[in-house]
Amino acid sequence: MLNYLRNLGRLAIHTVSVLGRSGVFLAQSLIGVPDVRNGFPLLLKQLYAVGVLSLVIIVVSGLFIGMVLGLQGYNLLVDYGSEQAIGQMVALTLVRELGPVVTGLLFAGRAGSALTAEIGLMKATEQLTSMEMMGVDPLRRIIAPRLWAGFISMPLLAMIFSVVGIWGGMLVGVDWLGVYEGSFWANMQSSVSFQDDVLNGVIKSIVFGFVCTWIAVFQGYDSVPTSEGISVATTKTVVYSSLAVLGLDFVLTAVMFTAF
Amino acid sequence: MYNRTIEIVVGLFIIVGVGALAVLAFQVSGLSTKMDTGTYKVYAQFDDLGGLTVRGRVSMAGVTIGKVSDIVLDKESYMALVEMELYGTVDNLTTDSNAAIQTAGLLGEKYISISVGADEEYLVDGDTIFDTQSALNIEKLIGTFASGK
Repeated sequence: MLNYLRNLGRLAIHTVSVLGRSGVFLAQSLIGVPDVRNGFPLLLKQLYAVGVLSLVIIVVSGLFIGMVLGLQGYNLLVDYGSEQAIGQMVALTLVRELGPVVTGLLFAGRAGSALTAEIGLMKATEQLTSMEMMGVDPLRRIIAPRLWAGFISMPLLAMIFSVVGIWGGMLVGVDWLGVYEGSFWANMQSSVSFQDDVLNGVIKSIVFGFVCTWIAVFQGYDSVPTSEGISVATTKTVVYSSLAVLGLDFVLTAVMFTAF
Repeated sequence: MYNRTIEIVVGLFIIVGVGALAVLAFQVSGLSTKMDTGTYKVYAQFDDLGGLTVRGRVSMAGVTIGKVSDIVLDKESYMALVEMELYGTVDNLTTDSNAAIQTAGLLGEKYISISVGADEEYLVDGDTIFDTQSALNIEKLIGTFASGK
């Protein structure tokens, strides 16, 4: 019994200290004068690795999810004779929910795990320590560009996902199932509001990008420097990021889309 | 040069991302800059809106000429006060125009349909349409029919 209590307490203290460490880590990486001349090429390289290389998976999944939404929506709506509302359904689902959430999940799997493994391996092979020896701050040189790249790429990826998804929905609804294109767009435009739907979706994706990148980079930096430690850290990244995205999505939806 | 390719690809990525935002804004949500410049507001009171919502369509002869911008309850008359934003290009609606709430199809959305009268004066910003017709309430109709009144 006493042992059980002791373990519980240890777990609580451990959790709190990890949270605190990750907060300090985030502050140390982001605060400080950015070195534009040397930092910008590093940021570009990370934007390429984190953002551009994630484009393929984002575009392909967006296309398929949009097409599935179009098919399912058509089958449901055609019973009520209102299949022209398919544009509205596809657009609202993608812009409000699926765009940011699925992009967040894919981003955690594609870019987050890569970030964790890369930084974890740097730590295991003592590259981070040797940088400190040479007087280079690894937080500024390694971590900060990766964090910023994640923050910038994620909203862009989510918007591309939504647009491709809507295009996929149109492909199925208009070109394949024969919904009239004019009412497809008109219904969509009269029901999707820029401020309430599009901007809230973008805010969601910014929050998800922030959380996913933070978790990924911190897990790599905080990993046990062995091959097993890196694998544990990579798993943790994907699990924690996915849970954080889904949980935060509920909270954000409750705040943004409740009428009162 | 390797670095140069990365720069170009990342630049393209950002352009595509911002372009996606533009598509979401203008194509998907129908945000339009020219609508803001030339609109004027007209009011109308209805007994029963029957599901008309803000951003609903205002049309004349089936052509969209504006949108519902606000709906409040007028506390003095206990009626719904609807604020409509009409396009500035449609500036020749007579003061005795009629505003009716209609349904697109049997189950579709509610919209306001305006038909002109015969007056010589035209509606200007801030005017009120007095001749209104509330939404057709099917349940009320069936109720009247069933009770035989």
